[in-house]
Amino acid sequence: MKFKLKIWRQDSAKSKGGMKRYEIDQVSENTSFLEMLDILNEQLVNSGEEPVAFDSDCREGICGTCSLTINGEAHGPSHPAAACQLYMRQFKDGETITVEPFRVRSFPIVKDLVIDRSALDRIVQAGGFVSARTGSAPEANSTPIPKHNADLAMEAAACIGCGACAAACPNASAMLFTSAKISHLAFLPQGQAERSRRVLGMVRQMDVEGFGNCTNTYECEAVCPAEISASFIAKMNREYAVASLRERMGE
Amino acid sequence: MIVAVTGVILILFVIGHLLGNLQIFLGPAWINGYAEHLRDLGPLLWVIRAFLLVDVVAHIYYTVRLAIENRRARPTSYRRKDTVKATFASRHMVMSGLIVLAFIIFHLLQFSFRTTDPRFAILPADPLGHYDVYTMMVLGFSSPLVSGFYILALFLLALHLSHGSSSFFQSLGLNNKNLTPRLAQGGRIFAWLLFVGYSSIPVAVLLGWVTLRTHS
Repeated sequence: MKFKLKIWRQDSAKSKGGMKRYEIDQVSENTSFLEMLDILNEQLVNSGEEPVAFDSDCREGICGTCSLTINGEAHGPSHPAAACQLYMRQFKDGETITVEPFRVRSFPIVKDLVIDRSALDRIVQAGGFVSARTGSAPEANSTPIPKHNADLAMEAAACIGCGACAAACPNASAMLFTSAKISHLAFLPQGQAERSRRVLGMVRQMDVEGFGNCTNTYECEAVCPAEISASFIAKMNREYAVASLRERMGE
Repeated sequence: MIVAVTGVILILFVIGHLLGNLQIFLGPAWINGYAEHLRDLGPLLWVIRAFLLVDVVAHIYYTVRLAIENRRARPTSYRRKDTVKATFASRHMVMSGLIVLAFIIFHLLQFSFRTTDPRFAILPADPLGHYDVYTMMVLGFSSPLVSGFYILALFLLALHLSHGSSSFFQSLGLNNKNLTPRLAQGGRIFAWLLFVGYSSIPVAVLLGWVTLRTHS
């Protein structure tokens, strides 16, 4: 297959970037999108050009490292999937493909398509610790968890922290990410002790980081490679309302 | 949350306002009498007006502040941006809201302060001695320009509410696998019913179904 590529190139965080055009030929339809970029980079290196910098790690949709906006959609046109799970057969032969970084103020560009997502780490850190028994493994079933809660917690915990939610959001809001992290522990007995403190800390850190606000367009859940539901955002809104009320009452 | 709560109050107002307006189809005595009842509320009417004013100011102030924050959160825009499931309405809430605001100001100038048409201030009272709201509405909507802007503004209001009238549930933390899709659908139907209801009045006036009545 043959493709025309328009790729965002930016030398460093401070320099001004721009779109650059490339052409690539003889790409197998079973090539993954990231492999296609590898092939392009090989050609660039051979012709003495600087290769395109992009992030990837596991390349099987687990780690959440890849972060490309392909043809205007976070992780590309295939949902639910991370960019690494996208194959060239999903594009038309000869198609022009636009590749940009995730554009969120809180994810500053490092170089080309590589962004710094440590804002998400700081949100998680702001959640603080979980008081849990350490040491030898406890007796199985010693902490009863209803199946329904375990399922919901598991759904929320599926978040791989890639930041596609904020990238796709018209407001660059990270509420789907934050709500998944908050809900995951709020559904489980182990998360109860620090429940209020966690939601207050994480939501406030999210605002400090400069993410936007949710206007319920649900673009986030549409692109999420882990299929996190926006119902967790409603859950976070509930958790935050209760926790801030408690805080105001002096708790 | 403030946006959601103030929005719900405004939704309740537009429902009440529509029910009041539709009385034009029942004839001058009904609508003029209704308007008189509203004015008879006296100080209570001013409490309601002040409450609505504070509510609408808060709704606009907080949404504009949020919209500014949202713009700042993405200083460099995408060269190409496609949406997967966000509706047109949900992506243009600020635009539809601000045009509706411009309309509300004109609407108040026209029918409450009556500064746009010199005839409104000197309308003779109807046979029951009430201010002739009926004639004012018919005269007002006889202008295709006024009616056109009215219908356009109501179209944008319906667009605004087709997202807003169900979206506030999510903001208040109410989301349920069964209920949420139904609320979204219900919200859209509700918004477009409002549009049909409100637009029926200028359309009826322009088509000559609702005409001036001379009373002796």
